[in-house]
Amino acid sequence: MKELLLGNAAVARGAYEAGVKVAAAYPGTPSTEITEILSGYGEIYSEWSPNEKVAFEVAFGASVAGVRSMVCMKHVGLNVAADPLFTSSYTGINGGLVAVVADDPGMFSSQNEQDTRFYARSAHVPLLEPSDSAEAKQYTKLAFELSEKYDTPVILRTTTRLAHGQSFVELGEREEKTPVPYVKNVQKYVMMPVNAKARHLIVESRMKRLASDADGFEINSITYNDKKTGILCSGVVYQYVKEALPDASVLKLGMVYPLPFNLIRQFASNVDEIIVIEELEPFIENQLKANGIPCKGKELFSKQGELSVNIIKQVLTGLEPVLADNTLPARPPVLCAGCPHRGVFYILNKLRLTVCGDIGCYTLGANAPLSAVDTVLCMGAGIGMAHGFSKALPDKKNVIAVIGDSTFIHSGITGLIDCVYNKGNATVLILDNSTTGMTGHQNHPATGKTIKEEDTYSLDLAVLCRACGVKSVTTVDADDIERIESLIKDELKKDEPSVIIVKKPCELIVKEIRKPYMINPNCKKCKVCMKIGCPAISYNEKAGLKIDAAVCVGCGLCLSVCKFSAIEEVL
Amino acid sequence: MNILIVGVGGQGTLLASRILGNLASVLRVDCKLNEVHGMAQRGGSVVTHVKMGEKVYSPVISEGDADVILAFEALEAFRYRHFLKKGGAMVVNAQEIMPMPVITGVARYPENVLEIMKKDYGAVVIDAQKYAAESGSVRAVNTVVLGCFAKKFGISYENAEKALEMSVKPKLLQINKTALKKGYDILPII
Repeated sequence: MKELLLGNAAVARGAYEAGVKVAAAYPGTPSTEITEILSGYGEIYSEWSPNEKVAFEVAFGASVAGVRSMVCMKHVGLNVAADPLFTSSYTGINGGLVAVVADDPGMFSSQNEQDTRFYARSAHVPLLEPSDSAEAKQYTKLAFELSEKYDTPVILRTTTRLAHGQSFVELGEREEKTPVPYVKNVQKYVMMPVNAKARHLIVESRMKRLASDADGFEINSITYNDKKTGILCSGVVYQYVKEALPDASVLKLGMVYPLPFNLIRQFASNVDEIIVIEELEPFIENQLKANGIPCKGKELFSKQGELSVNIIKQVLTGLEPVLADNTLPARPPVLCAGCPHRGVFYILNKLRLTVCGDIGCYTLGANAPLSAVDTVLCMGAGIGMAHGFSKALPDKKNVIAVIGDSTFIHSGITGLIDCVYNKGNATVLILDNSTTGMTGHQNHPATGKTIKEEDTYSLDLAVLCRACGVKSVTTVDADDIERIESLIKDELKKDEPSVIIVKKPCELIVKEIRKPYMINPNCKKCKVCMKIGCPAISYNEKAGLKIDAAVCVGCGLCLSVCKFSAIEEVL
Repeated sequence: MNILIVGVGGQGTLLASRILGNLASVLRVDCKLNEVHGMAQRGGSVVTHVKMGEKVYSPVISEGDADVILAFEALEAFRYRHFLKKGGAMVVNAQEIMPMPVITGVARYPENVLEIMKKDYGAVVIDAQKYAAESGSVRAVNTVVLGCFAKKFGISYENAEKALEMSVKPKLLQINKTALKKGYDILPII
């Protein structure tokens, strides 16, 4: 039966059919749905781990125990999981181990455009790249076979267009795998220098064997047409090439590392010129050049952003670009109406603090009119940065870290331990909305629910912070903005670390039904309500201030900032 | 056929594309969809690509290559008009949603966009919000627009309804069926 499946759903289906027993992940766009979908299969143990490093280690443990296991993350998640990845390349696996890593060319929902393919090369593990949902399923299954055949973790790389694109997939049956017996093997699994030296040699010979076998892999295939130009490409770019250059000869790479050099040389000898078309870095191009195969690549195409059918046509066939109308007002993403983070950012802006922000919905507190965030670097960075700020500028006293509940557990906690240990005085706001918001509401260790919505122990963030040695830990309701303001002022004065936990569940999970608000004739047009950046409130000269009843969810934040009693419930 | 669906995060572009994907299944043609999840969804400008045909390669519609733009908001329709093929069609919900730069006063919502799109692109402009509200939920704007599109492109009501049934939770099916029918009946039979 053929079904229209999201790329991520197809990866999940592939894992299911491949007999995967254990899957772990931390949510991250564009990879999140894979593990969400896996959680629906009764045959598979799945979990949200606190971060990608732990997720990788869980999957690796399951692999050593003898079952097929998978770990999924977005590209920046692999930075967190890089440590276990690099050494698991040395140990190899027992049951098949696949790491799915989703890159985000064009940065739809990410802080950088890093290219995962370099990780494969640095860690000496093979990397496969599917070009549509059908291949996503097929390559996932193949990745497990390769993992077991070559005793290596395998990276399956996707990009946003693949992960969040849908196309038809033929569904198959699950094939149960008998677990490979676990046998204690210190030389293989204990990576102290003496063993690691021996394993490094094995890694080298494994990759040589893989590279020479790659020439014969069916997923690396040549289609000859017009032999003037030979295009080398992989992933979703292959689909762009097929549409933009239907007459070109194409070498499609299903495995991008290691490269099938004999196949590439054969292709090169049959076409006049090779052009490598790849998104992001010249990963394939530079390897060709290093191996003496002349080609063109990044002198024609940008390293930045996505490629497209039109970009390829513009570069290679002289198509005139179709220009967008850039005079129109932009529509950036905003905190939702009723978002519990809004009041906090209103206060932070009002107090003109230096705010070390973090990764999550609350990154949007950086946008006007809230304009409250000074820095956003990576998951958990805000606390360490606020600590660094205070060590560099001890007299500044107006630096504050802002982090979400899930991000705090992911990697904020270590920054807090550091701040206490090294006698810092950072003030940390944990915006606890009881979910992982931006990625679409996943559970985490402090929600009291597992990925399958089963009850579990709920991590108490206040107790955790106290255990780190923070003496001043206060929990406050996100609606009580007066108290939040006075708490922030008090804590900033203290010469010790403090944590303020601002608590209220995400509006989108609560979906509380309340009456919307409206502006009444008391309005003096002072526009203080505009400073909260609510998408429901607008102003124009003629109509004055207006609350859009269809957007307003009745959270009442505007009411609490209005000084003229000019806002009331719609009757 | 290349169909670009545009709107504001939260207006249901994902459901609309799912319905069209299922329509492709009903019509037994190849299909690829491309969606946006994550940050861009939070009230931002959202665009979803739907491509149907004998064999579809790229999952993304190129600028100047859309046969149809289905728009749930006026400014978003206008923003993506350069995706439309010469002679392509637009179905636009007349609703205007102010983006944050307009709300904060640093930009103005452009004037007469609906008139321009009617005149220059022959856009079918409908008050989908009204029909959606009459169907039982203002959130059914997406289904109203789809209904109107189906009629304009000669897709039988039965097939459109079949695709809808495959895509919507049973709880919301009745509201969406009513919305689809209302959208379908806006245009006269050609």
